[in-house]
Amino acid sequence: MKINLIKPNKENLNTFVTIGSIIILVGFFDFLANTFLGVNFTGFLPAGLSYFTPIILGVVGLHLIRIEFSGNRLLDKINTNFNSSNFNAFLSLLVIFVLIKYIPALLNWFIFDADFAGNTKQDCTSGGACWVFVKVWLNRFVYGMYPDTEQWRINTAFLMLFALVGASFFASVKVKKYLLIFLLFVYPIIGLKLISGGDFGLEYIETGAWGGLSLTFIVSAFALILCFPIGMFLALGRRSNLPAIRYSSIGFIELWRGVPLITVLFMSAVMFPMFLPDGTYVDKLIRVLVAITLFEAAYMAEVIRGGLQALPKGQYEAAKSLGMGYWRMHFLIVLPQALKLVIPGIANTFLALVKDTPLIFVVGLLELAGMVNLAKTNPEWLGMAMEGYVFAGLVFWVVCYAMSRYSQNLEKKLSTER
Amino acid sequence: MSKIIELKNVNKWFDKFQALKDVNLEVNQQEKIVICGPSGSGKSTLIRCINRLEEHQDGQIIVDGKEISENTKDIEKIRAEVGMVFQQFNLFPHLSILDNCTLAPIWVKKLPKKQAEEIAMENLKRVQIADQATKFPGQLSGGQQQRCALARALCMKPKIMLFDEPTSALDPEMIKEVLDAMVDLARAGMTMIVVTHEMGFAKEVADNMIFMDEGRIVEKAKTKDFFNNPKSDRTKLFLSQIL
Repeated sequence: MKINLIKPNKENLNTFVTIGSIIILVGFFDFLANTFLGVNFTGFLPAGLSYFTPIILGVVGLHLIRIEFSGNRLLDKINTNFNSSNFNAFLSLLVIFVLIKYIPALLNWFIFDADFAGNTKQDCTSGGACWVFVKVWLNRFVYGMYPDTEQWRINTAFLMLFALVGASFFASVKVKKYLLIFLLFVYPIIGLKLISGGDFGLEYIETGAWGGLSLTFIVSAFALILCFPIGMFLALGRRSNLPAIRYSSIGFIELWRGVPLITVLFMSAVMFPMFLPDGTYVDKLIRVLVAITLFEAAYMAEVIRGGLQALPKGQYEAAKSLGMGYWRMHFLIVLPQALKLVIPGIANTFLALVKDTPLIFVVGLLELAGMVNLAKTNPEWLGMAMEGYVFAGLVFWVVCYAMSRYSQNLEKKLSTER
Repeated sequence: MSKIIELKNVNKWFDKFQALKDVNLEVNQQEKIVICGPSGSGKSTLIRCINRLEEHQDGQIIVDGKEISENTKDIEKIRAEVGMVFQQFNLFPHLSILDNCTLAPIWVKKLPKKQAEEIAMENLKRVQIADQATKFPGQLSGGQQQRCALARALCMKPKIMLFDEPTSALDPEMIKEVLDAMVDLARAGMTMIVVTHEMGFAKEVADNMIFMDEGRIVEKAKTKDFFNNPKSDRTKLFLSQIL
């Protein structure tokens, strides 16, 4: 009788599974002892080989228990999901290896060894992350240099925004329309006035003092809202039959797409004032907003044009045959479908926009990342760069992830192909 | 009976390819015309010129007393009076069946929403898909979609209906339901120009038959004469192949 030593079959399955499991377990314990207890059983081997012994043992063990169908549910699950070939077994083990090796270290730095109590750098003694830094500076990270006593104005403005968005989410269709109009055309003025002040007994606060996360939101929100309609008209313009409109749209889009954002911001801060007549002054925040808006509008235009391109010709013909003119055809038939098609692309552009806002540091405006940058150079808090950037990164991630989830929801909600 | 459509020496080119050659045609009110011919013979192009989805370069097209040319202002107004049903249905997939039917009446004819919905339901009933009104086009069968497209066109109360191979994209068992709706419409006295290969439908409904080949109208005759006694050899050959 010929015995297959390498591959298990139905009859000798039990032996193979036992031997394989033992080998895997040995590898696993070696790995645990190595990582957490500092004991190296395989120290007699060359260093590199010793480091990867657990993986080698694991691959051998997994090879021994690999069988097409055993009838045992657990074994079959393991074999189909991460042991379908030697290479897959290796990759699976490598991922587990890396996770167990590095996640605990990361968690230690992040939470278990981190310092939360105290008010100065000297309170951070345990060697992990110094979250005291973030705690102390949190107010600045959120509000920038905005005076403490006036911060309720920013809070009110954002609370209003959330209340409006929430209300328009739940309101009936009829009320929704007015809420949206209010949100798009009236609210921005009220919000800006509230934050900048100067009237109604509110102290004037120059935009140089704005900063932190609130500035990130202000810049992103304005640019988002404004770049969308501009991009839409540019996209339509680029497909227009009228040469003047078509070529000016192409020119605009290609000009702004071809220039780095940081250059645009420099120009808006340094060169733009030179073209203005003496004595006129445009606030630098407004200049930056216009620059970012036009820059992102060019990208938005191309995204939307992709959607227009993807729409079948029949939709245009059906709209025309019902007597619709250019604008009705586009606003009732073409754009609703095209925009729905490119929601992922629009979300992409929006996310990129939010993450581009730190670049406004070149004109001296400090939003979240900028404030972190500033705080870490404070003589009392030197060496806190890691904590600061991790915090800023996390906040950006949360904001962007929320936007991405929202766009996915929107896609599902608007889908009519059930 | 008065003329409602008149084509005089119409020529049309796609770049160098001549799609229509000296086409002359008169259509009276309430007349039903069926156009047949091999593919690429210009049948679709001909009816698409009538509501200017295609532009002709030479000759005159007069619809309901107004000439259609590049100088025509308000081409939308003429299109609103000429309904069209397409081979691929071309329903608006982002709107429900009811909204498909009410959109143009509300935005083009400026009807109040309620009235538009009444008209829409009337027409949906007429094509027997009133029970599908709240669904979306993607949830309907091909035959239902095409009947909805017919209802959508009828909601504009058109004076003329154009059909561009309305049953060519349908599964065989769904063709009949669409043709029934069209026969029903013909009996109600609509002026119709139909491009189709459904000769049974043509025999039942058409007043006149037109046979086109290579951009020309080869033969135009009363339906009976056309089938029983075709004059040109090309027509005879075509009929022998499809009947």
